[in-house]
Amino acid sequence: MLRLEAVELAQEGFHLSADWELPQGAIVAVIGPSGAGKSSLLSAIAGFFPPVSGEIYVGEQSLSGLSPGARPLTILFQDQNLFPHLTLAENIGLGLHPSLKLSKAEQARVAEVLEQVDLAGLGERKPAQLSGGQLARAALARAMLRARPILLLDEPFAALGPALKIEMLALVEKVARASGATVLMVTHDPADAQRIADLTVLVSDGTAHAPAPTEALFANPPAALQAYLGQ
Amino acid sequence: MAKLAVAIGLFALILVTAPLVAVAYRAGGLGLSAADWSALRFTLWQALLSAILSVLLAIPVAKALSRRHFFGRSTLITLLGAPFLLPVIVAVMGLLALFGRSGVLNTALSALGLPTLSIYGLQGVLIAHVFLNFPLATRMILQGWQAIPAERFRLAESLSFTPREIHRHLERPMLIEVLPGTFATIFAMCLTSFAVALILGGGPRATTLELAIYQAVRFEFDLAHAAGLALLQVLVGGLAALVAWIAARQAGFGAGLDRRLPLPAPTGWRLWLDSTAILFATLFLLGPMLAVLLPAISGLLDLPSQVWPALARSLAVALGSTLLTCVTALVLALGAARGQRWLDIAATLPLATSGLVLGTGLFVLLQPLIPPASLALPVTLLVNTLLALPFAYRLLLPEARALETDYGRLADSLGLHGLARLRLLSLPRLARPLGFSAGLTAALSMGDLGVIALFASESQATLPLVIQRLSGAYKQDVAAAASVLLVASSFALFWLFDRKGRNAQA
Repeated sequence: MLRLEAVELAQEGFHLSADWELPQGAIVAVIGPSGAGKSSLLSAIAGFFPPVSGEIYVGEQSLSGLSPGARPLTILFQDQNLFPHLTLAENIGLGLHPSLKLSKAEQARVAEVLEQVDLAGLGERKPAQLSGGQLARAALARAMLRARPILLLDEPFAALGPALKIEMLALVEKVARASGATVLMVTHDPADAQRIADLTVLVSDGTAHAPAPTEALFANPPAALQAYLGQ
Repeated sequence: MAKLAVAIGLFALILVTAPLVAVAYRAGGLGLSAADWSALRFTLWQALLSAILSVLLAIPVAKALSRRHFFGRSTLITLLGAPFLLPVIVAVMGLLALFGRSGVLNTALSALGLPTLSIYGLQGVLIAHVFLNFPLATRMILQGWQAIPAERFRLAESLSFTPREIHRHLERPMLIEVLPGTFATIFAMCLTSFAVALILGGGPRATTLELAIYQAVRFEFDLAHAAGLALLQVLVGGLAALVAWIAARQAGFGAGLDRRLPLPAPTGWRLWLDSTAILFATLFLLGPMLAVLLPAISGLLDLPSQVWPALARSLAVALGSTLLTCVTALVLALGAARGQRWLDIAATLPLATSGLVLGTGLFVLLQPLIPPASLALPVTLLVNTLLALPFAYRLLLPEARALETDYGRLADSLGLHGLARLRLLSLPRLARPLGFSAGLTAALSMGDLGVIALFASESQATLPLVIQRLSGAYKQDVAAAASVLLVASSFALFWLFDRKGRNAQA
């Protein structure tokens, strides 16, 4: 489904290689020490960080040359996922049409996803009037509307409390399983990976290692993961 | 959008370089006389002093305005745009009414038996330039203050920063970012000073290059000498524009969530300092304007008939150049913020020129094809657009960069491009600097008396030119009354645009 073919990322003092693929509909955690390149890996897939060599495929389609908005994926950043001057409904509506010229039916769909993430009736609020958990749910609601086959999460829930984060991960899992989307989520918390991820990609020592089944990986961690976990 | 930016950038470059090439072609060379050298020296010296004084005075005023809330604050901020609404000649008339031979100050001094002061020469040029430029400096620095997210100040308060530490960690980095651009802008503006030097300067010790060009055209009828001086003016102005270009650096403040929080307002001596700064700014702004305008209001009813069509022409030129400038500056600033650094040159190059330089160049270009007088208004509109472009661009660029840094990736990831991006992101987020730029351009264009003087025949005169002619014909009362009309229109345009921008800012 998502295939990284001999992908090499490089910047001053930074290097990362990846060569593997993900099955359709998998939920995959990306863990590893900070600075190892977890976010860079997602940036490359999203189209903000062109690889120096290699190709990224979704199905048979190569992503090189596609602008970030044209790629078959949605990315949620660590913060700034919503425009502060637009209402919640407008922010979410951007997922349907960037021009925001929405038909009655499309407006109804926006209201519908707002309801699905428990934000019913808050569509006219601006982001500054909402809590962190509500902002995260709104960003997820837009991802649901966009319904792209791949969802990239660059720690969008990092600032939330443990209970909220667990709730958000459950919501992600529900959305992904229902739509069959492939999820790639960066996290620095092994518990997140063990909670919802089928597979885990370990990023360390300049390599994004091939995804391994999460349970087996943590039951019998390789040396690099042991070092990261502090075992 | 990227292609549009390239096209507009190239077009702007051509519009500026063609007159310059014409001037260079026509110039007899750079053989400078002693008078030319002394004009060059005076031009540089007065511009340097004017810029230093303007910026030094603007910092405490901007700081006071950023953290104090008092009755009339927003009026004062709007008023800071006022010296641009005054045509330079009217501003100078106001300063003469206060500091001239029979002005308020010298009348008081001689009544007390003290020696009187002269406003002519270097000190007069400096007073006029500071009067004209320190308000712009204040507004530019104040925008820098407002661009620091309120969350940073909240964080500073939660860490119990003292005002000194706030200055060190938040305000000084902002000032380092904003001041070089402000200083360079004012320096370059003062390099092209014409009307101020015409009235308060003159003679071998206080002639600017711009004034020398005018004299070469009007009194010596020596277009080659004028072109040579214009070339020198461009070389000097080009250096200044280069400095201004280098001085503008990337802003490093992150995004705020738009929660409006009051800034910390320390008491004690800082309250006194802020009060003094605000009082000084108010008096210095209002004094000269009231001195020339108040006595003239009664004359408004007996304005001669040529004033009204001239007003209509001025308004048409001002609105046309405002539209052109804003579209150009916005496209170039957004392009530059997305990484096309060369657009900086296209937007800043007009700073290297001046109304008289561009006018002389266009005159040389048009003369073989068409009587220049028949194109007086379109040429004025074009030149006003080009001359206002660097300022509008400078005001927009830092905010366009911040917009790109904060929301560029999000917009890209959602496929927000072209007109939709303009309508939903760029325009609402840049409304305030855009409105200010529009107000500034309208005012500059409305009150401009430069290129129109070279081109216009009797039937093409704009309002400032009519005023100058009335004044030249010793009809001072009528000229002052027409000035009231001009100032009122300019101020109304500025107020409308600036207010609309601030209200629309999302």
